[in-house]
Amino acid sequence: MKKTGAEIFLESLKQEGVKVVFGIPGGVVLKIFDVLHQQKDLDVILTRHEQGAAHMAEGYAKATGKAGVVLVTSGPGMTNIVTGLADAYMDSVPLVAFTGQVSTNLIGNDAFQEADNIGISRPCTKHNVLVKDVNDLARTIKEAFYIATTGRPGPVLVDIPKDVSTNKADFKYPEKVQVRGYNPTYEGNKYQIKQAAEEIKTAKRPVIYVGGGAVFSDAAEEVREVAELAQVPVTMTLMGLGSFPGAHPLCMGMLGMHGGYWSNMAMHHADLLIAVGARFDDRVTGKLSDFCPDARVIHIDIDPTSIKKNIHAHIPIVGDVKTVLRQLNVYLRAMDGKQSDLKEQRRPWREQIEEWKRAHPLRYEQGAKVVKPQFVIERVFEMTNHEGIVVTDVGQHQMWAAQYFRGAKPRTFITSGGLGTMGFGFPAALGAQKAYPDKLVLCITSEGSFQMNPQELATAAIYKLPVKIVLINNKFHGMVRQWQDLFYESRYASSYLGEIPDFVKLAEAYGILGLRALKPAEVEPVIREGLKHRGPVLMDFHVDPFENCYPMIPAGGAQHEMMLEDPPELRKVDRSGLAKKKAEEGEGVLPA
Amino acid sequence: MEHIISVQVENKAGVLARVAGLFSARGYNIESLSVAPTLDPTTSMITIVTQGDDPVVEQIIKQLNKVIEVLKVVDLTETNFLDRETALIKIHTRPEHRDEAIRIADIFRAKIVDSSPTTYTVEVTGDVDKVEALINLLKPLGIKEIVRTGRVAIAREAAKVQTRREIQAAKA
Ligand SMILES: Cc1ncc(C[n+]2csc(CCOP(=O)(O)OP(=O)(O)O)c2C)c(N)n1
Repeated sequence: MKKTGAEIFLESLKQEGVKVVFGIPGGVVLKIFDVLHQQKDLDVILTRHEQGAAHMAEGYAKATGKAGVVLVTSGPGMTNIVTGLADAYMDSVPLVAFTGQVSTNLIGNDAFQEADNIGISRPCTKHNVLVKDVNDLARTIKEAFYIATTGRPGPVLVDIPKDVSTNKADFKYPEKVQVRGYNPTYEGNKYQIKQAAEEIKTAKRPVIYVGGGAVFSDAAEEVREVAELAQVPVTMTLMGLGSFPGAHPLCMGMLGMHGGYWSNMAMHHADLLIAVGARFDDRVTGKLSDFCPDARVIHIDIDPTSIKKNIHAHIPIVGDVKTVLRQLNVYLRAMDGKQSDLKEQRRPWREQIEEWKRAHPLRYEQGAKVVKPQFVIERVFEMTNHEGIVVTDVGQHQMWAAQYFRGAKPRTFITSGGLGTMGFGFPAALGAQKAYPDKLVLCITSEGSFQMNPQELATAAIYKLPVKIVLINNKFHGMVRQWQDLFYESRYASSYLGEIPDFVKLAEAYGILGLRALKPAEVEPVIREGLKHRGPVLMDFHVDPFENCYPMIPAGGAQHEMMLEDPPELRKVDRSGLAKKKAEEGEGVLPA
Repeated sequence: MEHIISVQVENKAGVLARVAGLFSARGYNIESLSVAPTLDPTTSMITIVTQGDDPVVEQIIKQLNKVIEVLKVVDLTETNFLDRETALIKIHTRPEHRDEAIRIADIFRAKIVDSSPTTYTVEVTGDVDKVEALINLLKPLGIKEIVRTGRVAIAREAAKVQTRREIQAAKA
């Protein structure tokens, strides 16, 4: 029996095991929404903005490892998801975005709500396709899911003209998928892996540097095994957090621009770097010419373009992280009985790292008057036993969340890394919550980022997605203000946000519980009450507006040259005076 | 260093844009580019001439391989290859220059493919040196317009010496 394109769309999604679609309807996709409306197998989440839909799908995908699905209309519907596509492309998030398109006979005519969806999305998708014939629809959808979720995952866009959704064709979902020019490499080269194992055994100061690739390939178990077998300390990128237990004795936490002093020092002094699904981003390496000067580099990645892009790899291994680590562990296990020797051999190195850690631990001083942002974040994590799914926005709060995160499970630290998209956090948290309705989902955000997608409070309320929003309210684009303090003589150009809006009232306007803490003593009671509440909650924590995030490798600086606290000249600046002046100039009111 | 990269792609809409976009997005320059179908009508061959030191070209090739519709990428510069380009050169021909133009064209085995009372159009095919040399010689006569195809290139077949056994096997 023949089916319409819209029905084929639905059946294909069912075959792919899709449970939820995030989106907003419009003229050219009405037929598809109409079909979705008349079935119960998959949920449609109507968001309040297409950007929200894209980030929700990302959050869903990052939390589950399955493809997130977006469905939006042509023209503005499509252009509104571009940020989400670019974000997903940078962070290798499997996403399948379906965009409506004007009917095939109108394409190129500047028809109403026409946009060149393929042209616009080309540089920010792994692949994209315009479906011109309903007979190609099922196969194209199959290929889209296959390409999005295999190899190095990424977003795929499928553009469906209106007539393709209404035309009819025989439906048969292809069982197999074969894309001629696409054959990701999964197994690593045996010779290279053996070579790597040899170097790992003899290294004196090795470090495992784990990135998002380890999370996507579900390699946490294998990473732990390499680390333990070979007694190698592990540091993680922002995207890699969760792939190694935060409380493990070999865990060094995050590295990079705001990573721990000890992890960056360990990198700098390492004689062997085992890079696992990481891409040597500039926020990790700092000044390239001074990066890990003494280290030989083993680089494992499924994407050949990541290898030797900006750092030379002595032993490049192209392959799936999980598969390659398993292969590697076979060699490491064959060291039989020598583990205790190894432990002894690595003792000075681990002691050195401990010494760095003792010298410059993460620190802040929580006084009696003003709430410190780190205090809120640390307390939230402690009071939830580091067990929630943490989703962050972008800025200082994101870095503090990463620094204090001790979670033990992959896919429980979700953030926008590569693109650094403010406004990602809240909708992504809703997507993660939709995937796991019974798990605790914490959205760590700040007033700047949150205001980029606050409209999704409606989505949270209507679909009863009980995300706990922890809003670190410093009344500034904090990260921008920090750079202005450090590099622009504290001239706060367009970084002061003031006290608008009243976030508690905003939450209440959407029928969501709003709570506020102004003093240190109020922090814990607010967290306790917020966590106890069954529905979504917005907790508005008013914190020290001038707290800066350290350690910090200034942009372009070398990894071992970290700033550890405000420089003396900054400590002398009377910033409360500056703030008062801002207030007098009519830019809002700061706390006394 | 100059590299000639041949890229076999699926013959689908938008592929050229993806390949070209990959160069522009990374600030790599394309010196010349030509596209045409191959023996297999579902695929096309794109020949790209670009400049770059080894790490850059290695990255370009990896990136090209990553494009879903790209089937095969070969850096011909690493092999023994032949390259050719065709140019159409329209020159002014004052009466006293007509013979000279024909003589120069002859030397280069170029053809005069169109003529008007005041112009000749010369067609030449060859490697870059030959095309450039011809253009240089024609310049003094006055060049009105030039169009060039950009280079196409192909690997030379390895000159393989047959063994006696192979010859016998072939005869049998
Ligand atoms: C969409 C977007 N616009 C601008 C920026 C640049 N930017 C980076 S951090 C930041 C400030 C973030 O402020 P806020 O969300 O309040 O977080 P805080 O740093 O105060 O914790 C800005 C503007 C960005 N990352 N994303």
